[in-house]
Amino acid sequence: MADVAMHHPAVEAFEPPLFRTNSKKLGMWLFIMSDSLTFGALLFAYSYGRISNPAWPMPFGSPSIMRASVMTFFLLSSSLTMVLGVAAAGAGRMSAATRWILATMALGAGFVVLHSVEWTGLIHEGLTPFKNPWAAGVPQFGGTFFTLTGMHMLHVTLGVIYLGVVALRRKWIPILLVLWLLAWLLTPASSPFHYGAHVLLLGAIVASMILYFKPKQYDAVDIEVSGLYWHFVDLVWMFIFPLVYLMSTRIT
Amino acid sequence: MAHGTPTATAEAHQPKAGQFFWVWGGLLMLTAIEVYLGYQNMQPLKMLFILLGLSIIKSALIILYFMHMKFEIRSMRYVLMTALIVCLCLMTVFFADAARIISLGVR
Repeated sequence: MADVAMHHPAVEAFEPPLFRTNSKKLGMWLFIMSDSLTFGALLFAYSYGRISNPAWPMPFGSPSIMRASVMTFFLLSSSLTMVLGVAAAGAGRMSAATRWILATMALGAGFVVLHSVEWTGLIHEGLTPFKNPWAAGVPQFGGTFFTLTGMHMLHVTLGVIYLGVVALRRKWIPILLVLWLLAWLLTPASSPFHYGAHVLLLGAIVASMILYFKPKQYDAVDIEVSGLYWHFVDLVWMFIFPLVYLMSTRIT
Repeated sequence: MAHGTPTATAEAHQPKAGQFFWVWGGLLMLTAIEVYLGYQNMQPLKMLFILLGLSIIKSALIILYFMHMKFEIRSMRYVLMTALIVCLCLMTVFFADAARIISLGVR
């Protein structure tokens, strides 16, 4: 409604919108601020544990650091493709914007896959939320690590689903369901991703509700708002990567 | 309109695509520095502050250029960022206690 009002000739009779920006954009900024505090609390809790425990485990060897560096490259590059998508949409080149968003989704999906590999390796080494094989006196390592990185992985997954809704609309639903089936059936029952894959099913259900009950053609503002969310997910990783991985690098 | 429409405001301050590539390159370079520092045998608290400093520079680049905050009006920048920075800074109060535990032990 606010968008309609802003473009209406009668808008002269009213005050300009807050910060002279679109209400959807402002709404996303407020969400980002609240989510920043959630991640801020988790990061501070992790960092507190890290620096107050001299016996903190150092489980991340060179393969882990290399993998996490590639994941960082994926997310930074996805932010670049996203911002180019937003610029293309702003210039009215909607098909180019869709291509950039698809590239962003591919890089985001690559990040999630690599992170799953990282988690699986650590779980096989014996890491659980309650104990770790490297430092018996620091049982909170697993809990803080899985909570922080799991929360971020969930945000990336939801971001990919969100971008798919904006870029592909209803065509995204069957793709998402296929991805859910593949992720569910191809992971062993002992893996957390066997059940975690159901996030894709829940995402498909919510996306269907949005796309069928309130269908619309997403415009440049919608793409910019989705871009804000995506950049936020990238921004959070800029803190998780150094504080979790680089602060616990195994130097051999 | 006396204050200009949001679209007109945005169009007046559109960043150039080349700028995004420079920011992306800068972010990659800062990441490479962080990875190098990760392999230096440094005291954890010192390492934490250096890495946090670099991460704050990276997040500022992302917020200003990728999230377009640089191109928003000044009041929006100040209101949103001041509130966020103050709240996050309040959380750093716990670091003093973490440092105390290292030097004095758990009481």
